[in-house]
Parts: sequence; C-alpha cells; structure tokens
Amino acid sequence: MTRRIVGPFNRVEGDLEVALDIQGGRVGSAYVNAPLYRGFEQILLGKAPLDALVFVPRICGICSVAQSAASAQALANAFGWQAPDNGRIASNLMLATENLADHLTHFYLFFMPDFARGEYRARPWFTAAEARFKAMAGSAAAQVLPARAAFLRTMGMIAGKWPHTLALQPGGSSRPLQGSEKIRLRCILREFRSFLEATLYGDALENVAALTDEDRLEAWGEAHSGSDFGRFLAFARDLGLHGLGRATDLFMSYGSFPQQTGRLFPAGLWHGAPLPLDPLAIREDVSHAWYAEADAPQAPAAGSTLPLGAKAGAYSWCKAPRYDGQVVEVGALARQVVAGHPLARTLVAAHGGNVMSRVAMRLVEIAVVLPEMERWVEQLAPGEPYCVVGEIPEQASGIGLVEAARGSLGHWLDLRHGRIHNYQIIAPTTWNFSPRDARDQPGALEQALAGIEASADGTTPAAIQHVVRSFDPCMVCTVH
Amino acid sequence: MKILWLQSGGCGGCTLSWLGSEMAPLHELLRAEGLEMVWHPSLAEASAEEARAIIAACANGTRAFDVLCVEGALLRGPQSSGRFHLLSGTGVPMAVWVTRLAARARHVVAVGSCAAFGGITSAGCNPTDACGLQYDGDTAGGLLGPDFRAVSGLPVIHIAGCPPHPDWISETLIGLARDRISRDDLDDLGRPRFYADQLVHHACPRNEYYEFKASAAKPSDQGCLMEQLGCKGTQAHADCNLRLWNGSGSCLRGGFPCIRCTEPGFEEPGHPFAETPKIAGIPIGLPSDMPKAWFVALAALSKSATPTRVRENARADHTLKAPSVRKGPKR
Repeated sequence: MTRRIVGPFNRVEGDLEVALDIQGGRVGSAYVNAPLYRGFEQILLGKAPLDALVFVPRICGICSVAQSAASAQALANAFGWQAPDNGRIASNLMLATENLADHLTHFYLFFMPDFARGEYRARPWFTAAEARFKAMAGSAAAQVLPARAAFLRTMGMIAGKWPHTLALQPGGSSRPLQGSEKIRLRCILREFRSFLEATLYGDALENVAALTDEDRLEAWGEAHSGSDFGRFLAFARDLGLHGLGRATDLFMSYGSFPQQTGRLFPAGLWHGAPLPLDPLAIREDVSHAWYAEADAPQAPAAGSTLPLGAKAGAYSWCKAPRYDGQVVEVGALARQVVAGHPLARTLVAAHGGNVMSRVAMRLVEIAVVLPEMERWVEQLAPGEPYCVVGEIPEQASGIGLVEAARGSLGHWLDLRHGRIHNYQIIAPTTWNFSPRDARDQPGALEQALAGIEASADGTTPAAIQHVVRSFDPCMVCTVH
Repeated sequence: MKILWLQSGGCGGCTLSWLGSEMAPLHELLRAEGLEMVWHPSLAEASAEEARAIIAACANGTRAFDVLCVEGALLRGPQSSGRFHLLSGTGVPMAVWVTRLAARARHVVAVGSCAAFGGITSAGCNPTDACGLQYDGDTAGGLLGPDFRAVSGLPVIHIAGCPPHPDWISETLIGLARDRISRDDLDDLGRPRFYADQLVHHACPRNEYYEFKASAAKPSDQGCLMEQLGCKGTQAHADCNLRLWNGSGSCLRGGFPCIRCTEPGFEEPGHPFAETPKIAGIPIGLPSDMPKAWFVALAALSKSATPTRVRENARADHTLKAPSVRKGPKR
C-alpha cells in the first residue's frame, strides 16, 4: 500500500487536501482534509445578535448570501419575527441569483476545464474541449464571465452588492424595489435567459426543465450537441461518468425558497423513497477532527467548536455531521431528488449519485429556477412593506435551514443576556467532505473516491478530479 | 507581468468579486493588459502535484514571477505554529510559504482587508492569531514586519475592502504592470489613492437626507443611516458611491450602513454594527475632518429646517411626498 497526498486541490472554493491509500493500483481508502481553520463560531461569541449578519456572509465569498439567509432565518426564528411578502420574495431572488451564478461558475470555471487536461489528448472530442473549456484560455469563459457579471446586476439592485450584503434581514429585506425597478430586473433576467438558451442549452429553459428520464436526456444531448450542456453529456457518455463517484445514495435537502405556504423545493430525505426531515436527528461527530470532544456526538444547538493543536486519530478541521447516525449527500442533485424532479429521481434510481447526475442536475436546476425568478419579480408589490422590526428578546434560540448552491446549510444560535451565547454552523460541504466518525464510517467523498484507478506515475488522474469537483465543494464553508 | 495568487485565512470573496468585473470581462482584461496568472487557486488548470511544483519553483527562485497577491489573513496560531492553515499537499504553513515568496516578489499585494490588516478573520478573540501581511490592525508589523520592502522598494500594497471592488484590483494590477504606482500613489495606510482618496459619502444617494439629518429608523427606510443605523460612510475611504457595484449598487443603495470595511479594525467597531454610538445624543464618529462644534450646530440648524417631504420620506420605504412641481411662465 502506498499513500499519496493530493493537494492543493484547486478550482474548488478554498483549500482541500485528499490522502489516498493505493492498493492494487486503485484507491483503497481516501481521507479528506480541510486544512484551514478560522473560528467563526468562536468569533461570534458575545456579539450583539444582529452583528451575526456582518460576520457570517464573510465565512464564504461564494455562498455569502446563503450564509446571510441562514442567519437571518435563525434570527427571525429566535426573535419570532415574520418577514412581509416583499421581503421574502426579495430574499428568494438574492439566494436564487447566487445559486444560479454559483452553478454557472462551477460548471464553466471549476469543472469543465478538466476535460481539457492533456490526459484526454487521445479522445475524439479533445480538441473541441480544449478550444472551449481550457482554463483561462477557452472560448467559453469569454462568453460566460460577461453574462455572469450582467446577471449579478440583480444583486446590485436587490442586495447593494455581491458578495457580502447586509440586505437580508430577519424582518425582510433592506432594499425596497420600486415599480420601474421591476422592469429593469425583468430585463436583466431576460438577458440571462437569452444567454443560457443560446449558449448553455441551445434550447428553451422550459424544455430542459421538463426532461424526465435518462433516455430523453441522452436524446436531448444528441439533438443539442452544439450546446455546452450537450458537450458535457457527450464527454460524460464517452467516459462513463455515470459510473463514477457513487457515495451513499442517501440524499438530504432542507428545502428552499419559502412561498406563501411551503417551499418551492420541499425539505426531506430520499433513500429510494421519501423520508421526512427531522432536524433533531442531526449530530456532529468530532472523533477524527481536531476539536475537543464531548462524551457523545452533539446536536448542533448544543454543540461546541474548540480547536486543538493536536489530537490522536484526527486528520481534518472538518467535523462529521450525521443524520440519525448516517452519512448523507447534499447538493443540487439531492435537492431535486427530494423535490421530486422526475429526471433526478430516474437518474438516481438507475445509477445513484455520480459525477454525471450531480453535474446534470445542477444545470437542469438553473432551467427550473430562472422562470420562477421571473414570476417572483412580478409578485413584488411596491408600496407594500419590505421589512419589519420588533423586540429582540434577551434569551432565545433559533434555527435557520437553507439551501446554498452546493447543498444544505444550517445555523443554530442561542442568545442569552441579549448576546450570542452559542452559534453553530453546518455547511453543505461539511456533510459531503466529512472525515470518518466514531463508527469509522467514511464521509460521502471518501466513499465516492474508493475504487478509482490510480495512475502509475503518481500524478492525480482526471477521474479523481472529476469526482471531487462533481460535489462543487466549498471548503471555506466546510470549516469556518 | 506574471502574478502568483494565494489564498489563506479568508473567504475567497475578493476573487469572486473580481470575477464580476464590469470594466471588462476579467479574462479579456488580463490578456489585453498582459497580466499572466502563474497560478490562481480558482482559475488555474494546474492542481495537486502540478500546483505544488509551480509554487515551490517560485519560492526557490527557479520560476520567475513579478507579483505576489495574497487573499485572506495570515494565521499564526495555534501557539505560533501556523498550523491553522497548512498549504494543502505540503504540510508547511501558508504563512511560511508567503514569507518565502514575498522575499522574491517585485511587488506584494494584499487583496482585501484580511490580507491587508487581519480583517474579519482577526475579529472577536482572534482564535487563529490572524494578521495582515504587513499590518496587524492599524499597527505596522503583521507577518512580514514593518520594515519589509518588496524588490521594487514598495511596502505591501493594500487593496483594502471586504470585498474590494473588482476595478480596485484590476486598476492596481494594471498600474503595477505599467510601472505607474509609486509610494506617492498610496495613502498613509498603503491603499491605492485612486479609490482611497474618496469617502463612501461622496455621491451617496441619501445626501439630501444627510443634509437635513432626516434619519432612517429601520432597514428599508429611505433616510440617512448615519444618525441611528451605524453608517460610517462619512469616515470610510473608498469610492463606492462614485464607482458602483454590480451595475447600480453600493451598500447605501442596498439600504444598509457602510461598515467602514476598507479601514483597519473595522471588524471590531466597539458597538453593534447597525447602531450608532452616541454621547448625549451626538454620534461619536463624526464626519472626517469636521469640527465637533460645527457638526452639532449644523445638525441642530438643519434638523429645524427639514422640509416635511424629506422628514416623511426618510421613514418610509417609498416616496410619500414628491418634490413640489413649480409652474410658471417661460422666461
């Protein structure tokens, strides 16, 4: 057995290291390490409750609004405040903009450049992949970056700026959009729709959102082979990416985008069949992480984050969250499986969670969400309130559960004497990239990497890079 | 000009802000201005052993580079070990890599307030003993020490901001590539003066409310955020309301206060961020260069002169009273 240390693993958000034990030319076991610790949970202690809104978005430059949304929701839950419809809709628009911009950034800048690696030189599609997706040089980025910047003008209007806004408040949104601004927002969304339909899909968003199963997806890919989604599907078919990177196939979503009743994407779990979500079933295990341990894994509401300089058996700053003791996978695929998207359900039924299904459902989700955003803009009612305020209690606790682009994000806070007494955060990649737990169960990525063929020369094969990046990891959220 | 970009104790938001460049699409701008990324954690193809080889070659002098950009604070803890951030794949603290690389760089650039002064990562009990490259808060020192000079002779250049505006990063790097940034182009805190010689207050759309001290009482109100809601726009060095964000935005335009994110120590203001601290009803933080007595006198005078329109609109989330229309014969 030989051990290979893979890092710095770039084109993920933040710093990532993976140790691989190679046995018989394949990955025997993998150990995922998040090598950066900053201590936001310690920094927040003793702060005024609303100050959390300044700190938490700065956990992460790519999930900034998701962090704000989770915090605003936890504060509203603790305070007993209810945002008016305009505030709810504006917050949904901010989160949706970030989710979609992140999906785009992941696909074009982080994920696709791996198909232009020299390793694929012999594939028939290599020249085209290199011309289109080569890091820093491919033709796609020249179209995507201006389209992304233009789309983010929604943030300039609704959030003041991105990343790191204070517009998301427990009582709603600080930016009251007026009638003429609804027209401008509509124009921005229409421009983004045109870009997606021309470049990413070569088809109407509604047709992509309506794909129902693997056969139809494959047929659609062949009919739209000149689009970037079509190109990905062709590469994926040639490389068999549907057979790469399977983890636990237990999927979780906290649900996203509150409506007047319920959420656009409902909360739950999926393990071949739907299961209800019970946040009280969540525990954080730190047996293999550099933190002081309690007697048993802690519920986040009562959790602690006390870093240790050294600890036997530990190999990451990432904790190991478990749902009812089990490893779960989160992300766009999980969110859509739980929400009942027929394509997500059939892809998972056939091959589980894998590189192909994770990437495909991220792109399908863009096509599902943008038309919703168009509807939400119409629902804004200028003249009606955007934000309310009320009393802030001295003692209270609150939970905020949202979906970042890359999966389920939870904030648990406890206020005493009008100050933050405890604040615990579990981020999406904390779930996906957790280390082992006390029962020695590897985390989702650790399972997904097992069995992949290793290179003879000690270099990192593209297959490993595909699997890692298929989760769209955000390491600065993972350990915060 | 060859740029090596590393991220340490931060959130990556400076890079994400930069990717949103509207002055020109980022990749096009880099190509046109001859800015070449030797390696960047979010943008480069090279990963793992390929990335390690590039960084090591830059550190030992076998691969040439001009500018070291660092994003995020430098973490010295626990117990001065630097172990809170080991550059992955190397087992060596990022702070050690940065020290070695800074010694070889023609220019060293701190991208964002964390790399410049410690920033958010150094807030609260500063659990990781975080600091900036050459500053710890407003005190010279930090990781590299007060006497550090890059090969060019310049100290660390601070593109402060949380995050910085994309153009602040682009214009600084373009200025360096064209050899047009000297010590005189940086302010007393090492920030490029092209944006740091302005105040956030300049071109604030709430100026009429400020003039009359017609103040917002809660988020989403249209009034001035200085008197009640903690706004520091009259003290913060940046051109945020002259050079807008994501098309038409800024913090004030987003309805929330300026938190002074380009200034050292902004992360610990000594009061809740969205509350204005006062003594005897007078805000402690007065506008830059304004004598207190005059501020008090002018505030009292302007409050008594506030038009009803301004007073009522200040506490509403949309215009209740429009400016009156004056009709008269053509002259």
